[in-house]
Amino acid sequence: MDLNTITEVAHPKSRAQLPVWTAGDAWLAGGTWLFSEPQAHLRRLIDLTELKWPALTIGDDNFTIAATCTVAQLDGFACPPDWIASPLINQCCRSFLASFKIWKTATVGGNICMSLPAGPMISLTSALDGIATIWQADGGERTIPVMDFITGNQQNLLRPGDLLRQIDIPLASLRRRSAFRQISLTPVGRSATLLIGSIDSDSGFALTVTAATIRPIRLAFASIPEQEELRETILQRIPDNLYHTDIHGKPIWRKHMTLRLAEEIRAELKAQP
Amino acid sequence: MTFDINGKTFAKTPRAGQCLRTFLRDLGHFGVKKGCDAGDCGACTVLLDGEPVHSCLIPAFRAEGHAVTTIEGFAPDGGTHPLQQAFLDAQGFQCGFCTAGMILTCASLNQAQRQDLGVSLKGNICRCTGYRSIEDALDGKRNIEDADAGTAFGRSLPAPAGPLVVRGAAPYTFDTKIDGLLHVKLLRSPHPHAKIVSIDKSAALAVSGVHAVLTHEDAPKLLFSTARHEKDWMDPEDTRVLDDVVRFIGQKVAAVVAETEAAAEEGCRRLQVDYELLPAVFDPAEAIAPGAPALHGDKTVERRITNPARNLVAETHGEYGDVAKGLAEAAVTYEGTFTTQRVQHAALETHGGLAWIDANGILNVRSSTQVPFLTRRGLSQIFDLPPERIRVFCERVGGGFGGKQEMFVEDILALAALKTGRPVKLEFTREEQFIATSTRHPMRVKVKAGADNDGKLTALQLDVLSNTGAYGNHAGPVMFHAVAESVSVYNCPNKRVDGVVAYTNTLPAGAFRGYGLPQGLFAVEAAIDELAKQLSINPFEFRRRNVVKPGDPMLSPPPSQYHDVLYGSYGLDQCLDLVERAMSAETPRHGLAPEWLVGDGMALTMIDTVPPAGHLSDSKIALREDGGFDLTVGTAEFGNGTSTVHRQIAASALATTVDRIVLKQSDTAHGGHDTGAYGSAGIFVAGRATQHAAENLAAAIKALAAEMTEGDAGSCVLDNETVVCGKRRLSFAELAKAAKARGGVLEASGSADGTPRSVSFNVQGFRVAVNKATGEVRILKSVQAADAGRVANPMQCRGQIEGGVAQALGAALYEELVIDDGGRVINPRFRDYHLPSYADVPRTEVFFAETSDAVGPMGAKSMSESPYNPVAAALGNAIANATGIRFTSVPFKPDRLFPALHEKYGETKT
Ligand SMILES: Cc1cc2nc3c(=O)[nH]c(=O)nc-3n(C[C@H](O)[C@H](O)[C@H](O)COP(=O)(O)OP(=O)(O)OC[C@H]3O[C@@H](n4cnc5c(N)ncnc54)[C@H](O)[C@@H]3O)c2cc1C
Ligand code: FES
Ligand code: FES
Repeated sequence: MDLNTITEVAHPKSRAQLPVWTAGDAWLAGGTWLFSEPQAHLRRLIDLTELKWPALTIGDDNFTIAATCTVAQLDGFACPPDWIASPLINQCCRSFLASFKIWKTATVGGNICMSLPAGPMISLTSALDGIATIWQADGGERTIPVMDFITGNQQNLLRPGDLLRQIDIPLASLRRRSAFRQISLTPVGRSATLLIGSIDSDSGFALTVTAATIRPIRLAFASIPEQEELRETILQRIPDNLYHTDIHGKPIWRKHMTLRLAEEIRAELKAQP
Repeated sequence: MTFDINGKTFAKTPRAGQCLRTFLRDLGHFGVKKGCDAGDCGACTVLLDGEPVHSCLIPAFRAEGHAVTTIEGFAPDGGTHPLQQAFLDAQGFQCGFCTAGMILTCASLNQAQRQDLGVSLKGNICRCTGYRSIEDALDGKRNIEDADAGTAFGRSLPAPAGPLVVRGAAPYTFDTKIDGLLHVKLLRSPHPHAKIVSIDKSAALAVSGVHAVLTHEDAPKLLFSTARHEKDWMDPEDTRVLDDVVRFIGQKVAAVVAETEAAAEEGCRRLQVDYELLPAVFDPAEAIAPGAPALHGDKTVERRITNPARNLVAETHGEYGDVAKGLAEAAVTYEGTFTTQRVQHAALETHGGLAWIDANGILNVRSSTQVPFLTRRGLSQIFDLPPERIRVFCERVGGGFGGKQEMFVEDILALAALKTGRPVKLEFTREEQFIATSTRHPMRVKVKAGADNDGKLTALQLDVLSNTGAYGNHAGPVMFHAVAESVSVYNCPNKRVDGVVAYTNTLPAGAFRGYGLPQGLFAVEAAIDELAKQLSINPFEFRRRNVVKPGDPMLSPPPSQYHDVLYGSYGLDQCLDLVERAMSAETPRHGLAPEWLVGDGMALTMIDTVPPAGHLSDSKIALREDGGFDLTVGTAEFGNGTSTVHRQIAASALATTVDRIVLKQSDTAHGGHDTGAYGSAGIFVAGRATQHAAENLAAAIKALAAEMTEGDAGSCVLDNETVVCGKRRLSFAELAKAAKARGGVLEASGSADGTPRSVSFNVQGFRVAVNKATGEVRILKSVQAADAGRVANPMQCRGQIEGGVAQALGAALYEELVIDDGGRVINPRFRDYHLPSYADVPRTEVFFAETSDAVGPMGAKSMSESPYNPVAAALGNAIANATGIRFTSVPFKPDRLFPALHEKYGETKT
């Protein structure tokens, strides 16, 4: 929709050109959320596209996803064959309520900064041990695991003027066996519970709970637990008040779906060699 | 900046925060629609460098240097793209508001996406069709037929506007450019109940571009109802154009009229309103309890409010026989309380309109309405203007579903045009649509029923509490309808009905497809099923033993003052047979795991073909010099397909083909009267008027031909665009010339008054699978049989049924507008109000009973609301059959079903 209070759009081409952050500013990534709701408090958009950050790069240790990488770019990336966790990328993209038409515009960084429980890029990058790099308004920089970056429903550790630069995914995480489960109140609707399980090279089992809870939650085990242990751990580690409540799922249902899908993931990963 | 749009270059700089959608529309590309302006519906889809995007989400400046293709430029040189042709052949649209976006999206799908339409079309909402005809378009199916002269009625002819619709060229309400247009934005109340102490306009008026601020001080004092009915007495007079008391969050407080929407919005933000807060009540039971704050305590019963001090808008009580005795003597009884939620029409085109005063001093209002004539009458009363000084009309309307049988915008538009003397526009946002128009009436229905050992009903009792929200538009009639045909379709010696409808400080409820019946039926059909189950009688058989048959009185207490409903035809027996037979076919389990419980359910509905107390319609038809006809009708087209059928009726009566008939419609300037396109009257009443007009014209044509041939009019017949009188054959064109030579034109008119009325029937069957561990519901089979009399257009009628089932499935499975404890709508957007998408809607097998109605035009009956009615009830029965649990409130969402399933079945092993 038209954002009628916007009077200016800045198009910085480099970090040096980033304007001084002022109240009424917003970073404009894809704009698929910004333009989907009234934003009467905003005056200026700072367009990130002309920073021209390379969308995806494979380094020695990390797979780097620029904040401005679009969902479609990520989904279309030809992953090396040893990234056996790579099916998670498409599974998470498909967990958007938004259709493929929006994936071309929406960015990974925008999704993470929105910090909605149903943010599938949060599910993906937190399950894969992603580390967020943040450019601070004072010129500094800091890194935070995505898992910790999200602190609640639409809450995160960004301070005014902070800019999410990129997410680094350790290549080791992409080489893990993984399993994915998602459920929604409607067949292709917004995620109400999204769980990702994985097994690392030391046979450690990690379960990342998202969408059901107001922030991602990681449960780690030295090896694949027994059914009862997994269940008990979930019950203990995720108190009822962490389950998200909104129109897309009642907390009690999300909790039971978490228990159910966790067990499915456990069984799937256990069954595989 | 320069933009490449449909191969042409435009030099224009968008506003900083402007989205591509409005930028394209400003440039005249009206095929780019707004359904939500928030990325959810896909109506605004355009191609950016050949790839589909939602133009409402794209900042306009980003389109610079990219090729933009809108529907208007999709086929080169104004031609027709094969996919556009496919949508025409399959008639993959009804109102057509989604069509441009749908076509552009579908055109870009690759093979894999085409195999997975549920996923690839999840960003395209169609509220009308139920998606089957869209699938047909993609499959290249041809659903349309041709018809020779005089044979149009009963054939699947395409909608006349189709070629314009698929090219994005059919004009809807806002698809026009008016010079000097001012924009209206409304300041809405943040409080559920408050008195407006003062409004300081000065800061708002100081905003550059603001022309006027209108408040209750500018508004006429007259009280009226936004509901539009032929008879004003049906609704309470409780509403002002702008009031000094606000009674729900979202009620309009003031209007700012400005040169741009931006300035009008800024003006709204700068208004200083001083409110005196009043106590509020949100629950209907609390609202009618003693001591509750009275919403309309300042009004008297003269305003047609049954008891203003007690928030009682209307009530009904009556009994036939002795229900207590009937229950006591019953072999089996059932008692339950059923609740239905708030759902929204969600027509893809929002409410809104344009108004201006023309050179003759006439106030013109072009709006998205189902009722132009009654809206003119309302405006004439409110502004004390003679009706001939007002013209109200609509172009193609982007969906209605009852939501546009109201005057929500025309009053304020008229006020703004009259005050400023300028043309004005008001276009609701999707959020306004959700927080400030209307919803279906939420109802709590208690049902008690009993039957004897032979499976005959001995007692049937309903007790209804309906919540009309802050204003009483449609409050009474909807409640009366909820307990009418739902009860009268059954023979039962002892019946009792109690109903009340309460005011609460919430968004008003209003007319909605089905008009109360779905809510009433939801309880009655469940009770009937429960009795059948206790008696181990098959639900079809149980109903056969109890439903009315021709000759039986159709009774719902208290006795009605209307005695004009008759069995013009009767196909309920056939409908029951058709659905039972279709349901008896096995369905493969499709590899469903054992945790999926499978069950069947059905429900039936009867509906009077016209609302009571009169529904009027006039049609005119004239022979043109080229031998074709100009047909003028009052009824509006919003996807209901009446335009097609009116031409079919006239063409059949006049032995011509539909392409020879030019239809003009829904404009008070054309003269005559039309109560409106509601109550499924577009064919049954207005079609009747057209039939009369056409038959009268046929008689006049024969008379003239007889005169010219010196024969006898009685022996002249119309045949293939000619009149045959004895051995002579005169073409219609010749007759038109002859008439002209005699100083006249051949024309005739016809009217209908909506009485007597007949009854239509629908039976719905479902086979569902319910996952006992997750609460998910899958529909394995959906069957509906309809008794629509002689079906005027089988393809369209099927489309109405499928669309009705889809809309009703939305209400039964997903949709709910949630109001929090403080009276605020918490989910006023499609993202949080889930409309059925392609993936959500099963294909429904549609069957028609073979009947021909003695009352309806050419044997046809109405069929636009009723397919919706039995769906939730049938689904509830199927879920009960599958799970052994009777769920008594909708929607049947997984998280709602889960607790009871969990209690019964425990933690299920996966
Ligand atoms: C139909 C539809 C369905 C949707 N479904 C989902 C869904 O299922 N799950 C979900 O989570 N979201 C959903 N969204 C919301 C949104 O589209 C996505 O979250 C998307 O990924 C946001 O990305 P963007 O690039 O478009 O963000 P933008 O709209 O550009 O920005 C979103 C917010 O993040 C800030 N921001 C963006 N980039 C940065 C950065 N690098 N550093 C700091 N702040 C930044 C912006 O200032 C803004 O506040 C949906 C939206 C639509 C229209
Ligand atoms: S108007 Fe753009 S998606 Fe609905
Ligand atoms: S035809 Fe699709 S919304 Fe009306």
